[in-house]
Amino acid sequence: MKILEVENINKYFYDPIRFKVLEDISFSVEKGKLMSMIGKSGSGKSTLLYILSTMDTDYQGKLWIDQELVTGKKNDALAEIRNNKIGFVFQFHYLLQEFSCLKNIMIPALKLGIASKEAIEDKAMKIMEILDIKEQALKPANKLSGGQQQRVAIARALINDPAIIMCDEPTGNLDSKNTAIILDIFKNLTKEMKQTIITVTHDESFALQSDEVIELKDGHLI
Amino acid sequence: MKNINKDIAVTYLITGKRMTLIATIGVLIGMSLYIFMNSMLVGFDRISNDTIFKNSPQIRIFKDDAISQPLYQEEGVQNIIINPKIVPASDAIDNPNEIINLIQKEDFVTTISPQITTTVFYNIGKLQVPGTVTGVNPEQANQMFNIKSNIVEGDFENMNNNINAIALGRGIAKNLSLSIGDNINITSSKGVSRNLKVVAIFKTNNTILDKTKSYINLNAAQQLLLQGNTYITDINVSIKDPEKATIQGQLLSKITGYKAESWLEANESIMAAFKMRRLVITFVSLTILIVAGFGIYNILNMTVSQKINDIAILKAIGFKGKDVISIFLTQALTVGFIGIVGGILLASLFIAILQTVYIGGDIGYFPIGFEVQKFIQGIIIGGLITFLAGYLPAKKAAQVDPISIFRK
Ligand SMILES: Nc1ncnc2c1ncn2[C@@H]1O[C@H](COP(=O)(O)OP(=O)(O)O)[C@@H](O)[C@H]1O
Ligand SMILES: [Mg+2]
Repeated sequence: MKILEVENINKYFYDPIRFKVLEDISFSVEKGKLMSMIGKSGSGKSTLLYILSTMDTDYQGKLWIDQELVTGKKNDALAEIRNNKIGFVFQFHYLLQEFSCLKNIMIPALKLGIASKEAIEDKAMKIMEILDIKEQALKPANKLSGGQQQRVAIARALINDPAIIMCDEPTGNLDSKNTAIILDIFKNLTKEMKQTIITVTHDESFALQSDEVIELKDGHLI
Repeated sequence: MKNINKDIAVTYLITGKRMTLIATIGVLIGMSLYIFMNSMLVGFDRISNDTIFKNSPQIRIFKDDAISQPLYQEEGVQNIIINPKIVPASDAIDNPNEIINLIQKEDFVTTISPQITTTVFYNIGKLQVPGTVTGVNPEQANQMFNIKSNIVEGDFENMNNNINAIALGRGIAKNLSLSIGDNINITSSKGVSRNLKVVAIFKTNNTILDKTKSYINLNAAQQLLLQGNTYITDINVSIKDPEKATIQGQLLSKITGYKAESWLEANESIMAAFKMRRLVITFVSLTILIVAGFGIYNILNMTVSQKINDIAILKAIGFKGKDVISIFLTQALTVGFIGIVGGILLASLFIAILQTVYIGGDIGYFPIGFEVQKFIQGIIIGGLITFLAGYLPAKKAAQVDPISIFRK
């Protein structure tokens, strides 16, 4: 089953001059796959990922997430889709620094507002156990190491059982040991929990161990 | 769903305690000063009006000077009058009892006091001092002008039904070295002289008035002017709501056919000064409240800048624009609420303390009270300013584009 599909994505930037940053991008991702997106710096990977994430709506072409056409939806509807179906992991962790790790992980689920607070807390603790950060639960986010913070971010991405997790260089800031841990986690998530993951990466080993790799060059897929 | 927004707002307020505290204190001070200054203004206005009402009637009905009219008035005929001038008719109200009855029927009228004012000389031996006497019905006049509160010697009660009694201004009594029980001779413009006994001495807040004015009975004044007992020059009227004096005066004028002048018209220049005072205090107190609003605005703007990463991540994980607005507006409104409640308490404390301060003179205790209207006004204006001061930064936060933050 296709969890994500794009068709003929084109995008321009107008500042400082008009240039085409993405040209005729079409591909799809199957459920439970780990897909890596590689390419030189400036090739348009982040730009494409932001379009896939529904945060950037200024493009031509079509985007489906979980079989639903997302292109053309209003901002509030897109926010709901992000809350419900997408988990994010960024290079610079982007946790809310003044909240505990547990709270950070719970926030998307509290926002979704379906499960009770207790149920959400239980679930968050379970995910933290799997990711081996349970001991950090009540520490404020800014007291953790980079590797630990990134695992908290992954836990937060998982809390709403998203259709897909999107990552922009999640290991870009980590040493090889932590990179290996994250890669392991991703592989387990896809194999054992049928979680779909798209990740932009610079890391060779990461790309090699993915189910699929797509490469961008000057805004084209090659 | 709403809860998580509040939860985040409260966390921000707590982690940014210092800024929260500063903003709250700003609102608290602004609020308390606003309520306090405006309550004080109400007190000042009340005292000023009370002072005015001691000397000038709320509405005075009298005969306006008439200009001579042509003798014949025929249509189509050019009327010519040569040398038009004030008709030297009597300035008395022709049918006072009838008019008083007419006025009494209006239910906005509270007190009516007929009066005669005339110029006289106060004589002691060869010494002659010019002045004015006011002939009144002492009870009614006291009811209207609260004359008793101005009495410094003697008793105004003794004026009642005593045609030979006079109440003197303190200035006259001093200049003529008169005290209670002494006799004084006065001469009217008609050349009539009378011996009167001093029964009371009053002191107003106007020393010039105290050097010229005295009260006698209506009948005594009528006799001084060689007039009968229906002779009246003014009918003074008190009404329920003095602010309506001008419009209700016009009504009385229409009913009676005589000129009616309100205290607002008679004291135009003082009224202008009051207006200035009102304007200044209103302006200053509003400014203070607005400055407090700027405090919230500034601090919230700073919070938005500091938390811009948080805002980006919240939007990425599915918070809508209105959620972000609610997070920041909740902070502003919490600060505003605490500040307003604290401000009310502080203002109440100020007022309670000042109320016990004795100023003396005509004023007595400091003229300030718990003006509910001003409290409500303050709450509404303070609430609006808080809302605005919170909404603008919140709106800015809601418009943050997460991509532009993630790219940095
Ligand atoms: N907001 C923007 N305005 C103009 N050009 C941009 C903007 N964002 C990115 N770019 C340019 O678009 C190209 C692709 O950027 P990006 O997607 O970040 O590349 P990558 O993530 O592959 O390194 C780069 O040349 C970059 O300079
Ligand atoms: Mg990039």
